[in-house]
Amino acid sequence: MLLSIQDLRVRFRLGRERGLVQWTEAVKGVSFDVPENTTVALVGESGSGKSVTAMSVLNLLPDNAERSGRIDFGGRDLLRAGLAELQSVRGREIACVFQDPMSSLNPVFSVGEQIAEPLVRHLGLRRRDALRKAEALLAEVGLPEPRRRLAAYPHELSGGQQQRVMIAMALACESKLLIADEPTTALDVTIQRQILELLARLKERHRMSLLFISHDLGVVGEIADRVVVMRHGVVREQGPVERIFGAPQDAYTRALLACRPRLDDPPARLAVIDDHLEGRADARAGATAAAKDPQAPVVLQVRSLAKSFRIRQGLFGGREFKAVEGVDFELRRGHTLGVVGESGSGKTTMGLTLLRLHEPTSGEVIFDGRDLLKLSGPERQAMRRRIQIVFQNPYASLNPRFTVGQTLLEPMQIHGIGGTTAEREQRARGLLQRVGLEAAAFGRYPHEFSGGQRQRIAIARCLTLQPEVLILDEAVSALDVSVQAQVLNLLKDLQDELGLSYVFISHDLAVVRFMADEVLVMKDGRVVERARAPDLLAAPREEYTRRLIGAVPRGWRPAAA
Amino acid sequence: MSAVLASSASAAPAVARSEGVWSLAWRRFRADRVGVASLVVVALFVLLVIAAALGLVARDWQREVGVPSAPPTFVGPAPKVESVIAAPSGPLVDLSDVDPLAPKYREWAERAAQLATTEAPRRDTLPFGGDRLGRDVLAKAVKGSEISILVGVTAALLATLIGTVLGALGGFFGGRVGDFLEWVYNVFTSIPGILLVFAFAAVTGRGVTSVVLILGLTGWTGIYRLVRAEFIKHAVREYVRSAEAIGASAASRMFRHILPNVSHVVLVQLSIHVVGFIKAEVILSYLGLGVSVDQVSWGTMLAEAQSELILGHWWQLAAATAFMAVFVTAFSLMTDALRDALDPKLRGLE
Repeated sequence: MLLSIQDLRVRFRLGRERGLVQWTEAVKGVSFDVPENTTVALVGESGSGKSVTAMSVLNLLPDNAERSGRIDFGGRDLLRAGLAELQSVRGREIACVFQDPMSSLNPVFSVGEQIAEPLVRHLGLRRRDALRKAEALLAEVGLPEPRRRLAAYPHELSGGQQQRVMIAMALACESKLLIADEPTTALDVTIQRQILELLARLKERHRMSLLFISHDLGVVGEIADRVVVMRHGVVREQGPVERIFGAPQDAYTRALLACRPRLDDPPARLAVIDDHLEGRADARAGATAAAKDPQAPVVLQVRSLAKSFRIRQGLFGGREFKAVEGVDFELRRGHTLGVVGESGSGKTTMGLTLLRLHEPTSGEVIFDGRDLLKLSGPERQAMRRRIQIVFQNPYASLNPRFTVGQTLLEPMQIHGIGGTTAEREQRARGLLQRVGLEAAAFGRYPHEFSGGQRQRIAIARCLTLQPEVLILDEAVSALDVSVQAQVLNLLKDLQDELGLSYVFISHDLAVVRFMADEVLVMKDGRVVERARAPDLLAAPREEYTRRLIGAVPRGWRPAAA
Repeated sequence: MSAVLASSASAAPAVARSEGVWSLAWRRFRADRVGVASLVVVALFVLLVIAAALGLVARDWQREVGVPSAPPTFVGPAPKVESVIAAPSGPLVDLSDVDPLAPKYREWAERAAQLATTEAPRRDTLPFGGDRLGRDVLAKAVKGSEISILVGVTAALLATLIGTVLGALGGFFGGRVGDFLEWVYNVFTSIPGILLVFAFAAVTGRGVTSVVLILGLTGWTGIYRLVRAEFIKHAVREYVRSAEAIGASAASRMFRHILPNVSHVVLVQLSIHVVGFIKAEVILSYLGLGVSVDQVSWGTMLAEAQSELILGHWWQLAAATAFMAVFVTAFSLMTDALRDALDPKLRGLE
C-alpha cells in the first residue's frame, strides 16, 4: 500500500466566541488506501471535505487547521512528520497539481526555471542538466516546441498548456504519488479531454499512483480505478470503479449518478439528490419532455450582430478584435436557445451585447418589432425590463451590502412596478417562495446563503421585472451537480408557467441538451453550426461540433472497462 | 405571473433584518482590546475638544497667570537669579540739582499711590509650566488640541470627499473622464508637496479655514488613486452589471452599489489622513503658515518652543508633544483595528 489514510479528522479554528474557541469539523474520520500504480478518485460536492483530505497528506492546509488520525506513506506517518521531513517528501515523493494553473505558476519566473527548481533542490542536478531534463519533461507532457517554451513565461501559455507545465513540474522528480486537485475544472471540455488522456498515459508509463479529486462523476468514471465518494466529511462509499458506477450501494452515490444530465435522451426533469435520499421519486422525473409549439411567436430576432473591441498597438495604431461576428438567430416564446463553445468563442460577449451591457458594433436585435440597438433614453429603459440576465457566479452577482429584500425591491423601484412599498415587498416575498426560498430570506444578506440559493435570488431579481426573455450566462456552471439539477428544474418550471424564453449560454453540452430546443455552436466569435438540440447531438455537421461532443466525459462505461 | 404572486402573497410577516456588515464589523472591533482602548482615548480627546470649544475648559488660556516661563510645579520655582551687572558699591550720586524733572517725582509718586492696581500676583510655578508670557502651557495644549484636531478632521473630510468623488468618476467612467482626472492628478503630484502647500498658503493667507483648505485641496491625491482603483475593479463586477441590467442609473451604481462595498477603503483612508493632517498642520504652523497668531495649536506651541528650548524651558515642547503623540498613536491604533474589523479578507482569523 503506497498511501494509507486511517481515521483522518481535520477541524478548523474559527476564532473565539464568548471566550470559547469555536471549531468546525471538515473531515470526520476518513479512511482509505491508495495502492501502487492505481488511480484513486475522491468524489464529492463542495464542502464534502475531499480537498481538505487530500491537502492534509502534505499538510498544505491553512494554519488554523488541526489534524488527527494517521496518514501512512511508505512506512512513515506523515501526520507526525516534522517540517524538514515533510519538505523532503513534498515534490520529491508526492507531487501536487492544483485546480487553477494560472495562479499556481509563479508569473515572474520562466517555465524552464520553475521546472528546474525541484530538480536542483531535490535531485541535486546542475542547472544545465536540470534545464535539459525540463525540456524532456515538457516534450513528454506534449507541449509543442519544448526548447522554446523553456524561456516562456506563464502568461504566454494557454490554460491547457499551463496545466501541462504544472504536470511536468509534478513529474520532475518522478514522485510515486501525484495528487491532482480538480486539475481540469478550470479548463474547456476539449482541453480537459487532452489533460485526462495525458494523466492516464503518464500514470502507465511512470508506474505512479494518482489521487484524483473531482466533483465530476463523468471525469472520474473515465480515469479512476477506485472511487471514494465523500459527503459532509464522511466517506459514503468506496470501491472499484465498476462497482461504484455499475452497482452503487449507497443512496447518495446513486443520487449523484442520477442527477447528472445525460447527453442522450434527457428527461423532462432531473432527479434531485434530496428526493433520492429520502426515497421520494419525482413523478415527473421519468417522463420525457413535452414537445413545444414550433409555431410559437418569435420574441427575439437577431440579425448579423457584431461586436469588436479595439486593441491599442503602438502609439496611435490600433487593431480590431472581432469578439462576435455575424450572429443570426430567432427565439420563439417559451423556447430555449442553447449557445455552446469553448472559452473565448464569444458566447458571453454575445449575451452581454444583446442587453447592451456591451454596445454592439453593428447588427439588429428585433424585440417586439423594435430594434433594441436603436432605442435610447426612456424607451431603452422600458425595454431593458423585458430582457434580463442571470450571471455565472452567484457569489459575485449579488451586492454583498444589500439585503435580499433590497436586492429584490430595487428593480421594482427603478421601473415603478407595484404602487407602494408594501405591495412591492409582498411581490418580492411571493417571488422568493416561488424560487424555493423561505420568506425569512427577505431580511438576510447574500453571504448567509449557499451558491444555489444565491442563484435562486438572482433569478427572483430578474423575475421582479416580469421579463419575457432571460439570458442565462453559464448560470449553473458554478454550482454543484445536485444544486445544478434543482436550479435547472426550477428554470424549466418557470419557463412552463410564465412562458419565458431563454438564451442559455453554457460550455456544458449535457446541460444544454437538457435545456435547449435549438443550439448555436460558436467558435472564434462566429456561429459555426445551428440546429435543433437532438439533431445536433445525433448528427453534428461540423468537425468542431463533433470535437466538442466527443470531449464530453461520459463516465464509466462497461464496454470500455 | 400574477397568478403565481396572488397565491403566495398572503403571508407577509415582518421579517427581522439579519446582522449587517457594519454591526458584524463592530462586533469584531469590540473583540480587539487595543482597538477599544485607543477608541476610548480618542473619545476622551473628542470630549476635550468639545469642552474647549464650548469654553468649559481652557477658556482663559491667554491670561498670563504665571511669571514668564514659569517652570512646572513638580520642578519647583526658578531660582532667583542675581543681576548679572554688579551693583555699584559706593553711595549714589545725587542728581537732583541737574535733573529738570526732580520736583515732579514726589507728585507723581503720590498720584500713583492713589490708583489701585489690580495686577494679580503672578505665580512662580504652574502645573505644567508657563510660556514666555506666563500663560499656562496645559491650558494652551488643551486649547491647541481643539484647533489641531478640528483642522485635522475637517481637512481629512474635505480631502476624502474630493478624492472619493473624483476617484469614483475616474474609475467608473474611465475613457475621457478618467484621462482628464489622471491628468489633473499628475499635475498635482508632479509639484513637490510642500511647494504646493506654500503656493496655496500664499494665496489663501493665514487662519484655520485656510489651513483646512490648503490641506484638503492638496491631500486628496492618494485617496483618489485608491478609490479609483477600487472602482475600476468593481465597475465590471457582476453585481454592478446586474444592476445595470435592471436599469439602475450610473449614479445609483456608483454611489448606491459600489460605494458601500469600497467604504472600508475610504474610511481607513480618512482616519489615516486625519493623523497625517494633524502632523501637517503642526509643520505649517511651525513654519508660520498655519493658524493666526491669536490662536493656539500644537504647531504654534512647537514653534514657540524652539526659542524657549535654548533657555532650557522644555515644558511647552513636552506638553504639545505629549498631547499630539497620545492622540496620534491612539488614532492610528484605532484605524488599524478598524481596518482589521472591516476587511472581509481577515474574517475568521483571530
